[in-house]
Amino acid sequence: MNDHPAVEQRLGLVRWLTGHRHGIEGYLYICHRISGIVLLLFLSLHVLVTSSRLFGEETWQTLMSLTHSPALKFLEYLVFVAFAFHATNGVRLILIELGFAVGKAEHPVYPYRGSLHKQRPLMIVLMVVAAVLIVLGGFDALRLGR
Amino acid sequence: MPRTNEIIFSIRRLYPAVDAVPHTQRFPVELHPGMTVLEGLLQIRESQDASLAWRFSCRMGVCGSCAMIVNGHPRLACNTQIQDVSREEVRLAPLANYPVIKDLVANLDTLFEQHAALAPYIARSDSAELIAPGGEFRQTPAQLTRFLQFSGCIKCGACMAACPTVASDTRFFGPMPLTAAHRYNADNRDDGFATRKRHMRQRHAAEHCHYAGECSRVCPKGVDPARALQLLRRELLLDWLGLRRRQALAMVQPASDDQPPSQRRVQTPPPFTVQR
Ligand code: HEM
Ligand code: SF4
Ligand code: FES
Repeated sequence: MNDHPAVEQRLGLVRWLTGHRHGIEGYLYICHRISGIVLLLFLSLHVLVTSSRLFGEETWQTLMSLTHSPALKFLEYLVFVAFAFHATNGVRLILIELGFAVGKAEHPVYPYRGSLHKQRPLMIVLMVVAAVLIVLGGFDALRLGR
Repeated sequence: MPRTNEIIFSIRRLYPAVDAVPHTQRFPVELHPGMTVLEGLLQIRESQDASLAWRFSCRMGVCGSCAMIVNGHPRLACNTQIQDVSREEVRLAPLANYPVIKDLVANLDTLFEQHAALAPYIARSDSAELIAPGGEFRQTPAQLTRFLQFSGCIKCGACMAACPTVASDTRFFGPMPLTAAHRYNADNRDDGFATRKRHMRQRHAAEHCHYAGECSRVCPKGVDPARALQLLRRELLLDWLGLRRRQALAMVQPASDDQPPSQRRVQTPPPFTVQR
């Protein structure tokens, strides 16, 4: 069937961002996947660091003193930001992917309004919750709250 | 700057038999009110370059041939008015995520192979009924609504070019074929769920949708593939839990001239057509 010489032009990972402009749910898709990987990396690192206690009190103390530096505190806060976003957006994705937040099939009448519009209030509420968590966490991380 | 009644068409051109890399060619096009991107392309072919290649047929958003990337978005050329896109420049490229045959013509073979693999037709298991039909199957308006939206798909492939998962997973079935599968799963006359399951259940099918929603955003027919995929997922989960139930299916005697529709007799269907 494929007797034409053809040039492949699959967009690939890199062009998630440059391929074309997405809607807001498209950007949330990208953020969710990136934050998931950030959390996974953090969790692996966390397990490695805490298991250093196996090598004695001293190793543990040196590593712990490292984590008190402001730069690492800030990185920790970024992990919290990733977690707050990933968890709230994850709740939305669970509801959607179980077929709950997308509505039933409806007659396509122009201008079309579909599942994206149906789930949008949920998306807005959850993103407000994420923003509140991120701001509260920021106060705590910068010790402004105490 | 183009003249006021003129607009520039910047078209990505590539003839793989001759060129190694694509190049962009600019054509001035005389603009009329209400003119579509497709009319612009026809004007170029008639008065400037007869070698320009793209697909079209119906010119009215029905056949699904003319999907291409218009200023960064997958759209139907015939269904897109130039003035809604830009006042200066219309940038055209072939549908993304597929190989190019020539200029704006993408090779959609894999799309149609995936579509065919999902048995996109009403499949019935009662061969006796197929050979000697006992009447018509009744479908209530509510049962019709369950799939009508998804049956509007014209297989243009715009959703496949917009989907970020199709962009990064070469084996992903994608929105169009899976929506077609759900359209038939949701039909009360259909028995094909078990046949389609082999493909629907595999890793690169429904499970790989992460709801970016791009398919539904670009679909020119309001099909909402993103919704179809989530509803399909729900059916797959219910099936896995052993909770998926067939919809009711009743048979109606064929109407005869001397019998008004209100008096048609609803038959109790044979036991193998319905499992309530
Ligand atoms: C309350 C906490 C969490 C919730 C509700 C949640 C929810 C989800 C959901 C629903 C998905 C699937 C998304 C999709 O289909 O696109 C997902 C993906 C993922 N999550 Fe989480 N998650 C949570 C915490 C975590 C943690 C702690 C980690 C790190 C160890 C993590 C790592 C990942 C990764 C790597 C993915 C895959 C991303 C992808 O392929 O799109 N998640 N999460
Ligand atoms: S679902 Fe919409 S965008 Fe996708 S192929 Fe069908 S008509 Fe085109
Ligand atoms: S030419 Fe038929 S859909 Fe555009």
